[in-house]
Amino acid sequence: MKTFVLTAALLCVSATALADKIAVVGGKVFTGTAQGTLESATVLIDNNTVVSVSNGADVPAGYTVIDATGKYVTPGLVGAYTQLGLVEVGMSAGTVDSSVTTLPISATGAAYDVSYAVNPDSSLMAISRVEGVTSAATTISRTEYLFHGQGAVITLASDAQPVLKPKAFVAVNVGNAGADDAGGSRAAVWVMLENAINEVKEAPKSLSPTSDWHGINSRLDVQALRPVVKGEVPLLIHADRAADIRQVIAFKQRHPGMNVVLVKGMEAWRVADELASAKIPVIIDPEFNLPGGFDQMGATLANAARLHNAGVTIAIGMETHNIRLATQHAGNAVGHGLSHEAALAALTVNPARIFGMEGTIGSLAKGARADLVIWSGDPLEVTEAAETVLINGKVIEHTSRQIKLQERYQSFADTPQASQYIRLD
Amino acid sequence: MNNTHKRLSIIMLCCCAFWLTACSEDKAAKTEQAAKVSIDKNPFPSRYTPLAGEPTLITNVTILDGIGNKIDKGMVYFADGKIVEIGETLSVPDGVLTIDGQGKWVTPGIIDVHSHLGVYPNPSTHSHSDGNEIVKPVTANVWAEHSVWPQDPGFGRALAGGVTSLQILPGSANLFGGRSVVLKNVPHRTMQEMKFPDAPYGLKMACGENPKRVYGKRGGPSTRMGNVAGYRQAWSDAQDYMRKWDQYEADYEAGKNPKAPKRDLNLETLAGVLDGDIRVHMHCYRADEMAVMMDVMKEFNYQIYSFQHAVEAYKISDILAENNVCSAMWADWWGFKMEAYDGIRENVPMVHNTGACAIVHSDSDLGIQRLNQEAAKAWADGRRAGIDIPQQDAWIWLSANPAKSLGIFDKTGSLESGKNADLVMWTANPFSTYARAEKVYIDGGLAYDLNDPQSWPVADFELGQVGEGDSK
Repeated sequence: MKTFVLTAALLCVSATALADKIAVVGGKVFTGTAQGTLESATVLIDNNTVVSVSNGADVPAGYTVIDATGKYVTPGLVGAYTQLGLVEVGMSAGTVDSSVTTLPISATGAAYDVSYAVNPDSSLMAISRVEGVTSAATTISRTEYLFHGQGAVITLASDAQPVLKPKAFVAVNVGNAGADDAGGSRAAVWVMLENAINEVKEAPKSLSPTSDWHGINSRLDVQALRPVVKGEVPLLIHADRAADIRQVIAFKQRHPGMNVVLVKGMEAWRVADELASAKIPVIIDPEFNLPGGFDQMGATLANAARLHNAGVTIAIGMETHNIRLATQHAGNAVGHGLSHEAALAALTVNPARIFGMEGTIGSLAKGARADLVIWSGDPLEVTEAAETVLINGKVIEHTSRQIKLQERYQSFADTPQASQYIRLD
Repeated sequence: MNNTHKRLSIIMLCCCAFWLTACSEDKAAKTEQAAKVSIDKNPFPSRYTPLAGEPTLITNVTILDGIGNKIDKGMVYFADGKIVEIGETLSVPDGVLTIDGQGKWVTPGIIDVHSHLGVYPNPSTHSHSDGNEIVKPVTANVWAEHSVWPQDPGFGRALAGGVTSLQILPGSANLFGGRSVVLKNVPHRTMQEMKFPDAPYGLKMACGENPKRVYGKRGGPSTRMGNVAGYRQAWSDAQDYMRKWDQYEADYEAGKNPKAPKRDLNLETLAGVLDGDIRVHMHCYRADEMAVMMDVMKEFNYQIYSFQHAVEAYKISDILAENNVCSAMWADWWGFKMEAYDGIRENVPMVHNTGACAIVHSDSDLGIQRLNQEAAKAWADGRRAGIDIPQQDAWIWLSANPAKSLGIFDKTGSLESGKNADLVMWTANPFSTYARAEKVYIDGGLAYDLNDPQSWPVADFELGQVGEGDSK
């Protein structure tokens, strides 16, 4: 049956891609689909996509087998809200593409498009993917505008074409930070947002450079917001305070065709039922439990569990350099009442669903992109780690700048002459 | 290590409780001597009183004693605020409160050597931003304890994470940021009621990017070489100041009537370091900069007790070991600035493995709530890199080494007879994400109880607000 068996450990060393057909056998598999979690299953991968997940160890001829016995298998993690590919070093280190100042092409910030800016060679890519993060939503984090541009969903593969989905979402902040950037008050930021959206609804179908146009959006902003207004592209709204979140819900009710997602939502648990009824998913960091401002007084470690229990779809993974710690964040949500399976969904299929990519990334559905991780054990345990990572059906090389630094200084420490010049080998 | 100078009141305060004091030590002087000037080194004394506790025996627990030993099914007995004994079986007096800790773990309380709770509290408004005296690069005259807001809700959250003591440091904007203070993590009305009795003061210094970024356009330093010139000039000024006081002492002892030098609070703190009374804790990321700072340390004959952050400590762990300098590190933070770009996940175990002193620190109001997980990550990352450190040794990063670097290891930091009963009972192995601190004892008093949400700390600031703490 098994034509060729490689251990996970060996795979870490072997850099080159295996055959097209891969069977991951014997692991406990979280599928991210209606199949749920299978205790000992086989995942078949062919032509870069998932063929099937089934109980047992039957492998058709022609597949290269990866033994995952005793290990955990999940879809590749989907970074829910990051600046990956847009920033190498944030402070005093040159251009940071996740930070945008004003420019005449945009009046509200919607026109900016990060899909031009993603650097697949960023060291963060390898550092994150060896730990199981295989794709991510990425966008502008700092701008003086209302909108934070058009974000993208990217793959973390070492790939010349990292963007899986350009113009995947538009973000806006209506909390303290957003108010500070827009007149200093919620009384300003909401009027701005409401009118920016209504204006797009009423804008002429065609806006040429010679059209007469006096809107608060620029022409390019209007173009960027049209799919948002139609609900084809989600609008991500940052808010923490319960009152702000109620405004987000009211906004969705005023614009029922739009696809609204709440981001950060520290007090979201206080309006969990309303969020569930309004079908507004929430992207959170479940570890935020301190009142950093007067819009975060209700922050609690119980946020994730309470939202999930009320029926809200949650995604976990708001980080950039350390997006790999999303598993720890999710684990702490479990430590505070979230179910384990819900936590895994929050790292995978839920963010995929939020960005309209369910069935493509974030799950082991038939036909999905074969992004898959074999973990040494429970992925949410801080002591466990990703051992083998597949992106788009290929086993990735388990290396990164950090791994190379570690190896260099480990071998140096193993020599007795500890103050010799370290040579490039 | 230090010179033999005597100044600034090695002389005991003979009669007095005032900081500037006339002592009546007269030798029937021939010349009329003015009262001798000496300086109170402790003008803001601790008013800490331990929480009431009762003699307690915890049974059936896995114990990490914090100094490298593990007892799989053991007992911990503490009374009158002190650890009496730990062991597999203990006999205790009748009537002792007994807690069956079946399946649970007991460790020493966690000590965080790098916190800004109280000086950068929540809510993080400008009004509360009291951690960096950004007016000039040398501000050794300021003391973090004068900025500590005891109502910071972060103290209570850290307590729920098993933190029993912590060092509050000034920020890293300045070459010399000011004095630190060590606190017991018992939220209270005033800083003095939290102040760790008899803990030495620390002095925060900073390498690298921060001082040069802050002062580059404010008269300097604007480069790393400017930073080093700044440290050296300040130490040199402190030496001069010490000589003036030495001269005063000598003249006075000789029966003369010298005029006491004018006090300089900045140089007084620096002199305290050169005297060995105050411990330097230095924010430094890069290996090459740490190496330079250890040379400055030798030039001026003081000791650096820890490099804070020490993101590149793994590159020079042998030199750190040789110089007896601890490295206080994150498990995995990296990349937020150039000097943090070479951070690796195996930093802590690699430093430990060389025989140097490794500490896991937080520098974060969130991270401080989960320092056990930070140590667990470092432990596991080390194992994957072939550095197999037993968990009972890894706990040294959280309690014993922090206590040693702060100068309080004679009092806390391990579960040894006679030490303060600062300990945590965890719901499970604290190297697991899912483990929670169930009972946190400080000096034998139950400071936090997971199973009694009504007892969880609620800061004044949170009272009457949404949620009231994290119990909600």
